[in-house]
Amino acid sequence: MTMLSRTPVRAPVNRARGYSRPLQYLALAGYVVFLGFPLLFLLATSVKTPQELQSGDSSLLPRSFNLNNFGDAIQKANLVQAAGNSLYVAVLTTVIVTVISLPAAYALSRFRTKLRGVATGWILLSQVFPFILIVIPVFLVLKQVGLVNHPLGLVLVYTVWCLPFALWMLRGYVTAVPVELEEAGAMDGASRLRVLWSIVLPLLAPGLVATSLFTFISSWNEFFFALVLIQDPHLQTLPLTLARFVGAEGQVQLGQLAAASLLATIPSLVFFLLIQRRLTSGLMSGAVKG
Amino acid sequence: MTALAAPRRRRRRGFGDGRDAWLLVLPALIPVVLVSVYPLLQGILLGFTDAKAGLNQPTNYNGIDNYARLLDNELFWKSFRIGLIWAFGVTILQFLASLGLALLLNLNLRLRWLARTLALVPWAMPPVIIAIMWKMMLNPTYGPINEMMRSVGLPGDINWLGDFSTALPAVIVVGVWAGMPQTTITLLAGLQSVSPDLHEAAAIDGAGVWQRFWHVTLPALRPVIVAITSLDLIWNFNSFALVFVLTAGGPGGQTMLPMLFAYNEAFRYGNFGYAAALGNVMVVVIAAFLFFYLRGQARSRHQ
Repeated sequence: MTMLSRTPVRAPVNRARGYSRPLQYLALAGYVVFLGFPLLFLLATSVKTPQELQSGDSSLLPRSFNLNNFGDAIQKANLVQAAGNSLYVAVLTTVIVTVISLPAAYALSRFRTKLRGVATGWILLSQVFPFILIVIPVFLVLKQVGLVNHPLGLVLVYTVWCLPFALWMLRGYVTAVPVELEEAGAMDGASRLRVLWSIVLPLLAPGLVATSLFTFISSWNEFFFALVLIQDPHLQTLPLTLARFVGAEGQVQLGQLAAASLLATIPSLVFFLLIQRRLTSGLMSGAVKG
Repeated sequence: MTALAAPRRRRRRGFGDGRDAWLLVLPALIPVVLVSVYPLLQGILLGFTDAKAGLNQPTNYNGIDNYARLLDNELFWKSFRIGLIWAFGVTILQFLASLGLALLLNLNLRLRWLARTLALVPWAMPPVIIAIMWKMMLNPTYGPINEMMRSVGLPGDINWLGDFSTALPAVIVVGVWAGMPQTTITLLAGLQSVSPDLHEAAAIDGAGVWQRFWHVTLPALRPVIVAITSLDLIWNFNSFALVFVLTAGGPGGQTMLPMLFAYNEAFRYGNFGYAAALGNVMVVVIAAFLFFYLRGQARSRHQ
């Protein structure tokens, strides 16, 4: 039936596309260049020798392929230490956010209470307020309890900062799990906890992974709160160290800077490409299903 | 629709009560109240005080003093004008560029996967690194952009980020590059949910490609467009890291976004109360724009 109805219609559509197809490819090529060129340039810069970079020849094909920049970048600029700090903060944030947002997302999806409206309002509202309003009081409070210049202070702030989004996504995933499955489990005599553990959790696992990886990426990439809350160079996260590196280093260290930037991007990028399909569908389901 | 929803609701209510919900939400609620709601309220109040950095400084309420001073401050007006140009410039360009890309990705083109993957990369990159990368790209001596201009005979020695006239446009381009992924993917998801039957019906009625885009695709996409452009506007108005690393507000304050201005006031000069007042003004401004935008959209939908 669909076949029958579609065949005659597709013909004019195709004809209309016939002469516009080259234009479409041209436009697509334009996008690929705009989006891809800076990345390619960064990659090329990271494998060039300092001599080649100084010669002012910024061709995309490096004459040599040397990986010294990566080694040098790791040794200088406390990159390993900064990566360690970033990892510590991001992992701890991810664990806490996942543990506390899972029950909350479940409650917001399954129970019809006033909480749901309040939570949705807060999630949207939290987007509107500029960080400057929150960061000054947070800075003052954390200073009083000795958590300024402390990784745990950053973890606390990131947890709250990542929570709205994690909740939003997770709620969408929970809603996608049919209530009927839980009821069937309950009818078969499984306890409430058992139903959650053996039925809901396995179905939720992919969404849970996507949400936690996204939380990890957000914390790994974050800059503003870290800039305000961490002053000790030994406690700095990667974005802080790199931002300082860019200010301090001249043209000569260009290759190292590019190499360091690439290394710092890899974890987010790998995680992101793993979850991107789930992420986009999670966003949509969170948005569409009330 | 109501008939379908009613039994589902009843079933859910029978499944647990409000107290369970509170217990489940509590672990998330406590940190939110402590580190988000409470500081937010305190931050709003702080905007009406003369609070300064330093532990032994007494803090007094000074009413609308901060705001009177802000209105007198030429730099504040300049910063807000720049902030609005930046936020609207990036949001509009980002939307147009992303809509174009989303429409292309929705077609059955070859190499679509490449464009799709590339369009996602900026989403995963730390803003600091996006800024570092573009700073290299735009460098007047070794940057490839100037090199390309030289090779086609244009004056290739423009200090994009250091020149008064080019700094703001340059950071806007970087802002578009950095923010395209979310917008593109959201619009693409919206496009894919537009029923092909509608297109076919319109095509049977003799509508051309443009007519179908204008009368079928765009109206169907409208809720998605309104949602993502509103969010983009908020995010862009409140953005910090990208421009902080690119120009730090320079040259001569040409890219001093309100967030950078407020950051300097608070953490370089220690004027906490004044900076919080700035934050309050930012909230009011963005809320006013959103209010008129969303109300306008809601009205024209009813017509």
